Amino acid sequence: MESGAVDTTASRSRASVAIRAENVWKVYGSGEAEVTALRGVDLELARGEFTAIMGPSGSGKSTLMHCLAGLDVVTRGEIVLGRTTVTGLRDKGLTRLRRDHIGFIFQQFNLVPTLTAEENIRLPMTIAGRKPEPAWMAEVIATVGLRERLRHRPHQLSGGQQQRVACARALVPRPEVIFADEPTGNLDSRAGAEVLRLLRKSARELGQTIVMVTHDPVAAAYADRVVFLADGSIVTELREPSAEAVLDTMKLLDAVEG
Amino acid sequence: MLRATLKNLLFRKLRLLLSGLAVVLGVTFVSGSFVLTDTLGRSFDDLYALQYRTVDVQIRPAPPKSTTEDDDEIRTGVPADLVTRVRSMSGVAAATGVISVDGARVIGSNGKVVTTNGPSRLGSNWIGENDLVRLRAGRAPADGDEVVLNAALLDAAGVEVGDRVGILTMQPKRTFTVVGVMEYAGGRDSLGGNLEVSFHESVAARLMLGRDEVYSAVDVEPAAGFAPGAVRDDVRAALGSEFRVQTGAELQATARKDAQSDLQLFNGILLAFAAVSLLVGIFLILNTFSILVAQRTRELALLRALGGSRGQVIGSVVLEAIVIGVTAAAVGLGLGVGAGTLLAWLFSTRGGTGLELAGVGVPSAAPIAAFGVGVLVSMVAAVSPALRASRIPVIAALQEAATPDRSLAKITVAGTAVAALGATILAVGYSRDGQPWFAGAGAVAAFIGLLLLTPALARPAVSRIGRVFSFGAAGQLGRLNSARDPRRTAITATTLMVGIALITGMNTVLASINASVRDRVTDTMMADLIVAGDTSLADDPPTFDPAVLERIRSLPGVAAVAGTYQSQAQIEGNPASIAVVTDIPALAHMRSIKTTEGTLADLGTDRVAVDERTARERSLHAGSIVTVKLAYGDARHLTVAAVYTGGEGVAPWLMPKSVVKDLAVPQLSGVDLTVTGVVPFEDVRRDVETLLRDSPEITVTDRDGYIKRQTSQYDLVVTMSQILLALAVLIAVLGVINTLALSVLERTRELGLLRVIGLSRGQTMRMVTVEAVIISVFGAMLGTVSGTGLGAAAVRTLEASGITTVAVPWSRITLYLSLGAAAGVIAAVLPAARAARTNALDAISYE
Repeated sequence: MESGAVDTTASRSRASVAIRAENVWKVYGSGEAEVTALRGVDLELARGEFTAIMGPSGSGKSTLMHCLAGLDVVTRGEIVLGRTTVTGLRDKGLTRLRRDHIGFIFQQFNLVPTLTAEENIRLPMTIAGRKPEPAWMAEVIATVGLRERLRHRPHQLSGGQQQRVACARALVPRPEVIFADEPTGNLDSRAGAEVLRLLRKSARELGQTIVMVTHDPVAAAYADRVVFLADGSIVTELREPSAEAVLDTMKLLDAVEG
Repeated sequence: MLRATLKNLLFRKLRLLLSGLAVVLGVTFVSGSFVLTDTLGRSFDDLYALQYRTVDVQIRPAPPKSTTEDDDEIRTGVPADLVTRVRSMSGVAAATGVISVDGARVIGSNGKVVTTNGPSRLGSNWIGENDLVRLRAGRAPADGDEVVLNAALLDAAGVEVGDRVGILTMQPKRTFTVVGVMEYAGGRDSLGGNLEVSFHESVAARLMLGRDEVYSAVDVEPAAGFAPGAVRDDVRAALGSEFRVQTGAELQATARKDAQSDLQLFNGILLAFAAVSLLVGIFLILNTFSILVAQRTRELALLRALGGSRGQVIGSVVLEAIVIGVTAAAVGLGLGVGAGTLLAWLFSTRGGTGLELAGVGVPSAAPIAAFGVGVLVSMVAAVSPALRASRIPVIAALQEAATPDRSLAKITVAGTAVAALGATILAVGYSRDGQPWFAGAGAVAAFIGLLLLTPALARPAVSRIGRVFSFGAAGQLGRLNSARDPRRTAITATTLMVGIALITGMNTVLASINASVRDRVTDTMMADLIVAGDTSLADDPPTFDPAVLERIRSLPGVAAVAGTYQSQAQIEGNPASIAVVTDIPALAHMRSIKTTEGTLADLGTDRVAVDERTARERSLHAGSIVTVKLAYGDARHLTVAAVYTGGEGVAPWLMPKSVVKDLAVPQLSGVDLTVTGVVPFEDVRRDVETLLRDSPEITVTDRDGYIKRQTSQYDLVVTMSQILLALAVLIAVLGVINTLALSVLERTRELGLLRVIGLSRGQTMRMVTVEAVIISVFGAMLGTVSGTGLGAAAVRTLEASGITTVAVPWSRITLYLSLGAAAGVIAAVLPAARAARTNALDAISYE
């Protein structure tokens, strides 16, 4: 039913749009305690692209991601993910949307401790009652480099390995979009770099759309596109940026805000 | 410290309520039993004070010296000429022969014998109105055909003054005209629920005592200026040891003592319930505190880092426990007073006892026991978690991870050792020469060992049980969750295990008794029809007219008959059950009596037969001479003609027919018969029933009915065990709810993650439910297995009483396992709903 929306955006610069946000507002609380986290955000993310959302603390970047992923309800505006209008869905629809069309990677890895690495990777498919294609599964496992560790439980894996399991878990169901929330926040720089290379590779070689929220310019530099958020609005963006360019933009934003 | 503890408590109100509930239940039963016993005790006191207020001194036949008052008392009487003799004594103003004996069974207007739940059905002689008894309507009986009924009996029988009623006494059914209604002091319909028929003096003795010219007691009224005590001493000195002479006050005290000992039964049942709920309550509190301590590791470590001592940490946990105990005890005491009052009220109104209740009182023992038990139980349960809390290292405050899995090695080694020891003792107890109580002790030790082993068993067992229930991703996750913390799973399962083990044990014993009786009866009971009254209800079996025997013998289709007179006698000074059999060879065939010494064919007039066990106990052999004193007549010296074995349901002494006239009740208590097969079985049965139309208490049963009657005395135990089961399962459900609620709380983030990656609400609920069901089924399995073991061991200790077959109550076990699963589902409802409401976003946010 939302096919019309997809068609209109398809006529724009990109061949295909994975997710589109239109005039999205998010207001918490009311009266004195009212806080506006998002003020009319318009955003389109292309299919197969690795996008980083950056911004200072309190800029609304996490809120934006939660709204895009259907974890949080927007106050006003519309979000369309693939062919589905996210805004207006109830719990059941949101659950199905997350299960079938969205992948998540968190800062805290968030693996289920009772399951092995492989079982964790298969979990979203198991929940949905589907079976992953063996060839695809093998390819994903090869990409994340975990073939030797499939039978280990989370506590037997290093932080980087756990985060790669989380990446594989997000990749296997071939979601419309993977949302990664500070995926390197809990990792040292080497393990972090490995995970970021993996994400870029997933986008370039496997065609996976990825949205990453980060405050780290180095991490953002791995993305194809960096969107800068300040005070709940998108202020600027960079394409194929270097870490220096990201850092400069951030400094500029901090200065403006300060 | 105190303040911090109390704050903690308020913070976890619901959880503490759940864990305290078992203590509340236990304390309710404890204090309820005190209130009930106290209230009923005082009510009985009032009753007896009323009942004996007209009695100054009473003369009754002395009971056999070797027995207590109420044991197998032979129904005999005081000769009538004694009344004249006592009346002429100095200091005696009047002496009245009274008859007041249980066993006057009135046939109501519906054709059924009027029954009571314990109170007597007295038959008395009308001695006129006095301080206690008064006519409410009608007149006194003028001849042997007329009776006066008490108001309660008139009502129960549904008859009116002027009606004709059938009454069964020691004589076969006779019909009387009701000419009056009597009431007692204060306009009471009945004294303590007793039903009473007052006959005319001329027939009362024959009807109620089986012969003329006797009384059951003589009431003596002292002349003015003579104290009852002095008159008692004089009369006692004059009459000798054959009679017991007591003052009214003494009789009242004796009656009161008997009533108190009857109340002990009530007390025992309630205290058993209390014990079960308190036992399970200990596990429940232990469980809650273990989890709370684990959850508060960081908080407690922080307390230590800030300078709190070990003692303070222990103190804070124990203090929490004491507060729970005191609160639960207070609530339980309140409920107990209510429950005790309610039960007392039910006892007096619905129990068919008609007992007038004295005011409800709370004896000081009730609060003492309530608070003592409540505090003790919760403290015992808190000791081990408190010690664990004190051992938390300070460094834990700074670490992210919760305490790692503690090793199960120690508890497993201890469990194995105790279980092995128990099994060894059990095996010794079961071996041929072993003491039966060894089996019991071994079973208990093995049970404790098994309790200690549950954590080690939990992981493998739960994972296997889980396979049955874990369909789908949600089920799979639930299965894995249930195996996550073996200690927690184990202790939750044991709350259910203890209750179900007790019930299964009880049912194993009952099933074994049933099977043993069935085996024995099938092997030894050859009679096709058994004519008898219900012997389990009264000391004296219901009897019927001996003339019926010949009529049964002459029925078409009857092959052989043997009638039995069952009674009591004193043999060598000891009370004993005796039987007189009309046709010993016929009975020997029908009830598999085998002679091991001497011959049994005919006992003539002065020979007896004795069963092997009694012969062994008393070192008797064929040719030994025994002194037998019956209800009436002089002591006889009889020769042992035979020693026999077998004899299903036959008294241990068989007496010659010549003694029938001296029995307390010279009437038949049973007839066995075999059929020829020529006439249809049901026709014979119907013909026999027709002959017994005038004896509504007597039933005609076939072998199956006989078996049923032999085991029906355990029906009450079965009902009790079902109530116990319900209670135990209820408490265990609380335990499972508790554990799950805490687990759900602990796993908020994980639940959030699962919701984020697509687990639906339904799946989340299913996951929690599967976990609950697995834990409960694990507990139920442990319970049924260990309970069967306990029961089998108990059966071993009963071997001496002829319970030789061990039967496993399979259907009950299946029932308990499904009950366990159902308990899991019910317990999961609230925690599952809570888990399903987990907000995905909150769960994964770090701020």
